Amino acid sequence: MQFWIVQSLNSLAMGGLLFLLSAGFSLIFGLLRIPNLAHGALFMLGAYFGATLLASHMNFWLAALVSGLGVGLIGVVLEAVLLRRLAGNEQGQVLVTLGVAFIIADLCLLTWGGDPMPLGAPRALRPPVFIGGFAFPGYRLVVLGFALVCALLLWLLLERTRLGAMIRAGVDDREMARSVGIPVSRLFSAVFFLGAFLAGVGGVVGGPILSAYPGLDADMLPLALVVVILGGVGSLPGALVGSFIVGGIYNFGSALFPDFAYVVLFLPMVVVLVIKPTGLFGRVLR
Amino acid sequence: MTGRQLAAWALVALALAVVPVLLPSAFYLGIATHALIFAIMALSLNILIGHGGMTSLGHAVYLGVPAYGVAVMTMQLGWSPVPTILFALALGTATAALFGVLALRASGLGFLMITLALGQVMWGAAYRWVGLTGGDNGIRLSGRPTLFGINLTDAVPFYIFVALILFMALFCLWQLDRSAFGACLRGTRDQPRRMRMLGHDVWRIRWTAFVLAGFWGSVSGVLYCYDYQYVSPAALSLPQSAEALLMVVLGGAGTLAGPVVGAIVITAIKTIVSSYVDRWYTLLGLTFIIVVSVMPTGLVPGIAAWVKGRRA
Repeated sequence: MQFWIVQSLNSLAMGGLLFLLSAGFSLIFGLLRIPNLAHGALFMLGAYFGATLLASHMNFWLAALVSGLGVGLIGVVLEAVLLRRLAGNEQGQVLVTLGVAFIIADLCLLTWGGDPMPLGAPRALRPPVFIGGFAFPGYRLVVLGFALVCALLLWLLLERTRLGAMIRAGVDDREMARSVGIPVSRLFSAVFFLGAFLAGVGGVVGGPILSAYPGLDADMLPLALVVVILGGVGSLPGALVGSFIVGGIYNFGSALFPDFAYVVLFLPMVVVLVIKPTGLFGRVLR
Repeated sequence: MTGRQLAAWALVALALAVVPVLLPSAFYLGIATHALIFAIMALSLNILIGHGGMTSLGHAVYLGVPAYGVAVMTMQLGWSPVPTILFALALGTATAALFGVLALRASGLGFLMITLALGQVMWGAAYRWVGLTGGDNGIRLSGRPTLFGINLTDAVPFYIFVALILFMALFCLWQLDRSAFGACLRGTRDQPRRMRMLGHDVWRIRWTAFVLAGFWGSVSGVLYCYDYQYVSPAALSLPQSAEALLMVVLGGAGTLAGPVVGAIVITAIKTIVSSYVDRWYTLLGLTFIIVVSVMPTGLVPGIAAWVKGRRA
């Protein structure tokens, strides 16, 4: 019983982390039509920034914010300097994001070395929480709550603000949005910033669970891909539902069949691709 | 075959044959052999990218899965070379048949993402399924096999073996290019809707191309395993898929010579750079950005256009 409850909680925390990672990935894909293959690398970069800032005794949440802003800035530069010049050449843009992913991963290895760097959770959140006689790792509950708050804020941003309306219009029909006077290019920068910011924050918030290590990028990117393939491109509810499905399957898969943690991810993907290739919440993009 | 084509093929054969004479040391001949094996891999990926217009980022699956097939069958089950090779080719091709069904549920960038995800799943399996694959340590072969009475241990016979297979691959893919199927495949790349209206089964054409690419990829995978006499999850990794893609794009997608040129250039750069500095991935990333920004059509079409421009 203890096993199932603890693993369920771990799954929810993992799902929350995956949401932070894949919400931005999904939005960028929805609006710019680019699977940003550097997204895993941005997540890892956030984790390393966070580890460095925490080592200099910065407050945990401030470190998450600063790392997020730093990674967001890198995302904006990437979009403005490299991707914008290749407008219309989607394959070229994907290859460039892949190239950037390799460069970031290699420079992280150069800067921070090959040993994993731990990120300590905020001290107040470290002790376990007791509910109904079971001990829960307190920090994982906080991660889950944090991700849900982020999901709510993102939903409000997308559904209740002018910027959100413009982003949704861009996702639905980019050409039409452009022709009614929405500055789609500026939206690209905004969404890229938002996506990279979330990935950077996710790297720090996930740090106490995952830590920062070389290869974190390659571990996270496929998870984000599977989330988006499951949930559907450009859909926030899709990213949320997909994250919790993947988080659960990945976590229980790792616990029950450690040899096949990655292979079990394959199963939900196959089922969704066979039943609904556009993903659970996806539509055909124009 | 016309006289000019015959002359071109004779030239290719001569170029392949002259390499062992020009590179007498086993070390450099070994590097040439690596390049030719990756040329076969790049050629197989070019069926998808160049002719089918389907960008796959998971082609390392068809290098790594048959390579693991060879290693496991040889070292753990003690199979002899011929059944091992046949099994590995069948395994790689069957994987392509299955993954093709999944990846072709989508097209364009969706296809790319699914192939990438499937590739990472296989990489994860090789990495974690320690009992079968040895995990990160990989599997080491005890040596190269003797095939049809010829021992492939030394650099020269192995080079000749690989060169013969590359020649065969080039010839088969040239025939494919000229066949009705090749024309259909290019049709589905350029005008899928018209092809459907003409009564062609677009999905089946693409799937067949995917399986063919998987088969020729598996050929390179078997050779890869015998070449390095070692296989590890690196053979299934995303950088490996990306390198193959870069070879195709750098050389020129859709041309016959492009992937070969790309494979030779990338292998040469990788070998030279790795002997001086550790930063191959940074260079790989930069090469990606430069190739996409500066010469999106690749070396072979670029040089061909330049030669034509000078003649005119």
